[in-house]
Amino acid sequence: MAFGVSWGSEVLDKQIKVLTDAIMLAGKIMIENGADMTRVDDTLYRIARNGGIKNPKIFETTTGLMISVVDNNIAQVEPIQNHGIDLEKVARVNDVSREFQNKKLTVEQMYSKLKEIDQKVPVFAWHWQLLAAFIISSPLLMIYGGKWQDFLPAGIISVIGYSVYYIIKMNFKIRFVNEFLSSFTIGMLAVLAVKYHLGTQVDMLIIAAVMPLVPGVAIMNSVRDILAGHLLSGVARGVEALLTACAIGFGIALVLKFM
Amino acid sequence: MNIFLQILFSYLATIGFGIIVNIPRKALNACGIIGVLGWLTYLGINNGLQSSIMANLIAAFVIGGLSIICARYKKMPTILFNIPSLVPLVPGGQAYRAARYFVFGNVELGINYAVQAALIAGSIAMGFFLAELVGQVYFKITSV
Repeated sequence: MAFGVSWGSEVLDKQIKVLTDAIMLAGKIMIENGADMTRVDDTLYRIARNGGIKNPKIFETTTGLMISVVDNNIAQVEPIQNHGIDLEKVARVNDVSREFQNKKLTVEQMYSKLKEIDQKVPVFAWHWQLLAAFIISSPLLMIYGGKWQDFLPAGIISVIGYSVYYIIKMNFKIRFVNEFLSSFTIGMLAVLAVKYHLGTQVDMLIIAAVMPLVPGVAIMNSVRDILAGHLLSGVARGVEALLTACAIGFGIALVLKFM
Repeated sequence: MNIFLQILFSYLATIGFGIIVNIPRKALNACGIIGVLGWLTYLGINNGLQSSIMANLIAAFVIGGLSIICARYKKMPTILFNIPSLVPLVPGGQAYRAARYFVFGNVELGINYAVQAALIAGSIAMGFFLAELVGQVYFKITSV
């Protein structure tokens, strides 16, 4: 009898162990790729409850994740160091969590699917991203009341500026410098373009061309986190958004000062 | 500038930002449409009331509300839809002018524009707060 019980709980313990691993991985993927904390919180608690943990305790911030399962004496900590923006991964984790809820996946299948998501998910190739920079800037220039002569220059300047940003971001792990250098490049090119009569308004060119650098994810998550009471993450992301905006501003200011 | 170009261009800009933050491909179109509706709301109210704060607030409210509806309908996270749609509303012009006046030593005008940019950012945030609140109230009522 006693033997049977201990054997049974061992299997259960193993299940719960895999489940907590899966929860940690899901949380890590979501936070690393720019989900808001309410969403992370909701998803993780959902996975835990659907997996049979009665009283999960999960705490998450933008730089770390903790979980403890009181009944099974399991506790784990996961530091989060990489920060990128890839909302497709967030959506995928969300899908996996839904499938698990509908009993279409077992715990092990969910865990291996999460590993798959963590490894690779289709990303828009770099040339698509550069095209995206173009179709953000030129149209915004026009809807803000720019002139048709500036349509092409704004797009091209923005593509060059965004490639500077992209190359630095891919190769060096240093925050805010990429935005600064990128906006500096954009400012220089805009001033030069007007000087050599390729464009007409420096102001509009710069405003439109820096738009792809706007920290949209940080702004939105900051608002949502603060609203939901995740003050730590909300303030951290608010500061991130503010610093990014300042980095862009300094890049432009430097150009305006010296040219 | 005519309305068709406004629609086309705000659609393109929203989709462009969607590609940069890598939202799933099947969410791109919905996202573009929300972006267009948000921008048209902004234009309409800004022309009617001459108040960019009010226009930003209501446009953000519209974007937030539509994103919540779309997220429920498509079973995807809300942020996929409202992050790209917010881009046309960003107070880039005001922030730029603030930076320029600071650089050229006109601190007073610089602060003026910086405060304007902050107010617009705040009103966008308030618009999203309100949308979230209305969404929660609505789902509470319908689920009972």
